Amino acid sequence: MTAAIIEARDLVKRFDGFTAVDHISFAVEAGVIFGFLGPNGAGKTTTIKMLTTVLTPSEGRLRVAGHDPVKEPQVVRHAFGIVFQDPSLDGELTAAENMELHGVLYRVPRAERRARIEALLRFVGLWERRDDYVKRFSGGMRRRLEIARALQHRPRILFLDEPTAGLDPQTRNQIWEFIRGLCRDEQVTVFFTTHYMEEAERVADQIAVIDHGRIVAHGTAAALRQETGGRTLEDAFIALTGHSIREADAAPIDRMRRMRQVWLGRR
Amino acid sequence: MARPPVNAVFILWLRQLKLYFRSRARMIGALGQPTLFLLSLGFGLGPTFARAGRGDYVQFLAPGIVTMGILFTAVFSGIGIIWDRHFGFLKETLVAPVSRLEIVLGRTLGSATVALIQGGIVFLVCVVAGFRPAQPMLLPLALMFMALIAIMGTAIGTAVGSVLQDMQGFPLVMNFIVLPLFFFSSALFPVPDLPAAVRLAVRVNPLSYGVDGLRGALNGGFAFGVATDFAVLAGLAAILLVIGAYLFSKIEV
Repeated sequence: MTAAIIEARDLVKRFDGFTAVDHISFAVEAGVIFGFLGPNGAGKTTTIKMLTTVLTPSEGRLRVAGHDPVKEPQVVRHAFGIVFQDPSLDGELTAAENMELHGVLYRVPRAERRARIEALLRFVGLWERRDDYVKRFSGGMRRRLEIARALQHRPRILFLDEPTAGLDPQTRNQIWEFIRGLCRDEQVTVFFTTHYMEEAERVADQIAVIDHGRIVAHGTAAALRQETGGRTLEDAFIALTGHSIREADAAPIDRMRRMRQVWLGRR
Repeated sequence: MARPPVNAVFILWLRQLKLYFRSRARMIGALGQPTLFLLSLGFGLGPTFARAGRGDYVQFLAPGIVTMGILFTAVFSGIGIIWDRHFGFLKETLVAPVSRLEIVLGRTLGSATVALIQGGIVFLVCVVAGFRPAQPMLLPLALMFMALIAIMGTAIGTAVGSVLQDMQGFPLVMNFIVLPLFFFSSALFPVPDLPAAVRLAVRVNPLSYGVDGLRGALNGGFAFGVATDFAVLAGLAAILLVIGAYLFSKIEV
């Protein structure tokens, strides 16, 4: 427990009577790749939002990189990088401008900013495209740029909320290669969510499964398989969370996203 | 760690300007409406206005049209917040280690600068249509009033953009806030001859003081007095800025 870089104790989040996260506790050791799995609406994104200072917990205690995200949000924000479930780039700016804006907001000194932007963009294969508008990028290129951007200020933790959703298998493999390579080089702890069980099985050192706002299993992929008697992690996941399909309400944002997809085509 | 907060404000200000200069369609689109008003009303009602002994209507109308160009561009900058919120970029700024105040300040100043530039272009269109500033010495004063109108409008846009969940609400804002502000100001007609009720509406409309300040600086003669114009406008811009910043700080993503 001493090496835990993320710690949650009896964490609760309620929205108008609905409990999205219900007394969960877990710890993530520094340096590991931690997979946080669960069906739609299980509480994954809500948990990430609390860890990343976007939402305030209703109850419970949190430590992220040794600090409380509620009391010291600015310190915690410096300590993590995040790739959101939805794209968060400015399409009207170039790749380099998106990187530059991030660097300034995170107060990366100018000289270091230049060096970091070049090194990271080269690593994810976007250096040649640095002066192109992001709106012209494919989904995979955007993801790579977001990962590079999230690492620019040398965070200790990288949060990835479904980083490979909507991408083809080739791109997904490539994205994970980049994530693993970068995190090895930069010694970053990774906290990710995904719906692709074979990805989690391949990539994650540790896995927690959340369902209906509660953690129903915690351990390595092998341990979860053993516990449930499943052949694959997907079998284990189904055994833990059941067969029913979860319907989340479509928020205005989803409607807008659909609208944009109609206008602009594929993300 | 050295942490000059100006950097975050500056880079967000710069972003608003870059977005503006890269979207020529938006620039030209926002120019169309004031130009249409200037040409149709200016030349359509001009002869009647002159026969009533009021002089050159284009000369009278131009400051109102410049105000219109600034106000519409400024309020519509609020759409940018909704846009950024739904398409994700707002989140990138909200989890960054900078305060909401810096973010809202950078955005608002950037959008106000854009509205001011847009007002400058409308001003040039007016000059092409025959408008001549009576007192070129007072142009800096005119610029100051334009800036205050821009800040006031942008603050309204920020407040509205922070509260609305999606774009569908914006036509409502246009029809129930922006257009009434514009039509019941002194932008289009002289105040003294109006029926009492309309005159009252114009007097309580803060935009009238912006139009009056700008018209006074450009044409000479302040109906409400230059000090009153400045005090009302600056005071209201400050109050709206605080409201806009507060509502922005309450955004949840």
